[in-house]
Amino acid sequence: MTAYIVRRLLATIPVMVVVALFVFLLLHLTPGDPAAVIAGDDASPAEVEGIRRKLGLDLAIWQQFLIYAGNLLRGDLGTSIFSNLPVLTLVKQRLEPSLVLAVSTLVIAIALAVPMGVLAAWKARSWIDRVVMGFSVLGFAVPVFLIGYLLIYVFAIELRWLPVQGYRPLAQGIEQTARSILLPAIALSMVYMALIARMTRASMLEVLSEDYIRTAHSKGVATVVVLLRHALKNAAIPIVTVIGIGLTLLISGVVITETVFNIPGLGRLTVDAILKRDYPIIQGLIILFAGAKVLVNLLIDISYVFFDPRIRY
Amino acid sequence: MAAVVTAPAPAASRSLDWIRRNPTIVIGSAILGLFVAVALMAPWIAGDPLSFDPLNRLKRPSKEFWFGTDQFGRDVFSRVVYGTRISLIVGVSVALIATVTGLLVGVLCGYYRRIDDLVMRVMDGLMAIPAILLAIALITLMKASLLIVIIAISIPEIPRVVRLVRSVVLSVRGLPYVEAAVASGTRSRIIMTRHILPSTVAPLVVQSTYVCASAVLIEAGLSFLGAGTPPEIPSWGNVISLGRAFFQISPWIIFFPGLMLAIAVLAINLVGDGLRDALDPRIARRM
Repeated sequence: MTAYIVRRLLATIPVMVVVALFVFLLLHLTPGDPAAVIAGDDASPAEVEGIRRKLGLDLAIWQQFLIYAGNLLRGDLGTSIFSNLPVLTLVKQRLEPSLVLAVSTLVIAIALAVPMGVLAAWKARSWIDRVVMGFSVLGFAVPVFLIGYLLIYVFAIELRWLPVQGYRPLAQGIEQTARSILLPAIALSMVYMALIARMTRASMLEVLSEDYIRTAHSKGVATVVVLLRHALKNAAIPIVTVIGIGLTLLISGVVITETVFNIPGLGRLTVDAILKRDYPIIQGLIILFAGAKVLVNLLIDISYVFFDPRIRY
Repeated sequence: MAAVVTAPAPAASRSLDWIRRNPTIVIGSAILGLFVAVALMAPWIAGDPLSFDPLNRLKRPSKEFWFGTDQFGRDVFSRVVYGTRISLIVGVSVALIATVTGLLVGVLCGYYRRIDDLVMRVMDGLMAIPAILLAIALITLMKASLLIVIIAISIPEIPRVVRLVRSVVLSVRGLPYVEAAVASGTRSRIIMTRHILPSTVAPLVVQSTYVCASAVLIEAGLSFLGAGTPPEIPSWGNVISLGRAFFQISPWIIFFPGLMLAIAVLAINLVGDGLRDALDPRIARRM
């Protein structure tokens, strides 16, 4: 088991190296002069020169790479061109809302989508199944900003149940935070729910046709127990895998959802960086998000052991 | 299914039968056809999407302005109609670029095992980056244009296609007929084009519809964030992005383009799901 974890940990290194190399090369292989593009059309030659120096573009490419790699290894994600603050500091300031949003979304999506998928598979071809499948087809098509604005319109503007936009930090009390994060989390969870419900249904359908399920039924085990303990646990691996795959969807979704709901998280940091073309921030966020995704996938790989004890590493 | 041999039915009833068996393809294609028609005939259907009309700012949907007007008095309906063009161009171009590039790289990887390891590590790395951020990084470094947006959306889609093609090539490569071709001294190029490529067609066609749908969504998302199609071009995402500030008093600026976006993506996905079921005989018709 330990050997397996170590092996999987080592396997994440080349992935992160490729990510780091990619964002580095992007800055250098992009046709045109990135310093001039970042400075904007009205910039003086001196300003362009200043940005070139800040990005390190005035050095030889191998020097730049050594500096960049050295900084990364020391945990330095670079420095914002415009605010001159370390990217890591900026990220820390904006981390809480995004993390709360992502975790709430994950909880809502799993808590609703897994039962939906189980129900759809159990009652395959019934109207329940059709409703769940219809929902999952819709969930893939309706963009998060449309769901977000619809939710704001109905629940915040018309019914006035919840705040329209904004975020209340956890320090102000968890109830306020929950009220401010509920609509964004529901909006963001739709596409994720569609993905998880679909996979749960497919995986459950396969397991439910197995002989041991019939055996369990025929010896009088309660349906709920058969569905949850006999079937769902054995159907879990593809479901857990798809939750990991969907994480990239979730991260992209966080950026858009925060913009819709005016939440000052990492998404806002991204959008501000886009407006100013502050490349070091985008670069740092990419490395961070990719790292988060790689880490979660690692945890998921390890969790397989729990779902299927036959897996021995 | 194949055991029953029926007399060849007349062409008309056979195509009717095909429609009955593949309702999703038919419905999806019909909706898509409508969007294509709207995109092609935009100048005849809609007015000028760019002209300002200060007297008619933020007007509700009415007989005159079906989808209302925005803060500059521009007709939202006209902008949505012209936006159809952008979404379709982006969707189709990204699907083509990603599929062709992915096919090329995937076949080479599956066939020449020596480059496979390196290329697949690169693909793993690219797949770890969320598509929207990868596109944003590219767009921050270049002057905004539709072409840049198309390229930026294509790059994160390529690894998925490569993985798909590679897995098909690997499974076909071990089959006796390919081994026979190798044994009889057929040149690699011929083996690849004549013996291996045909089996990638069906999964690729299905995959390209999903790439197309995701590209349309990502373009809208990028434009919504202000990192997409240049703001002077009326794309659905740009229209929605401009409507943000006035959402509480004029929600129609966001709802109509958002609705069209959802319907278009739904139609593309329906075609994709239908094709998947029709082209893959292993998947039983469950629905």
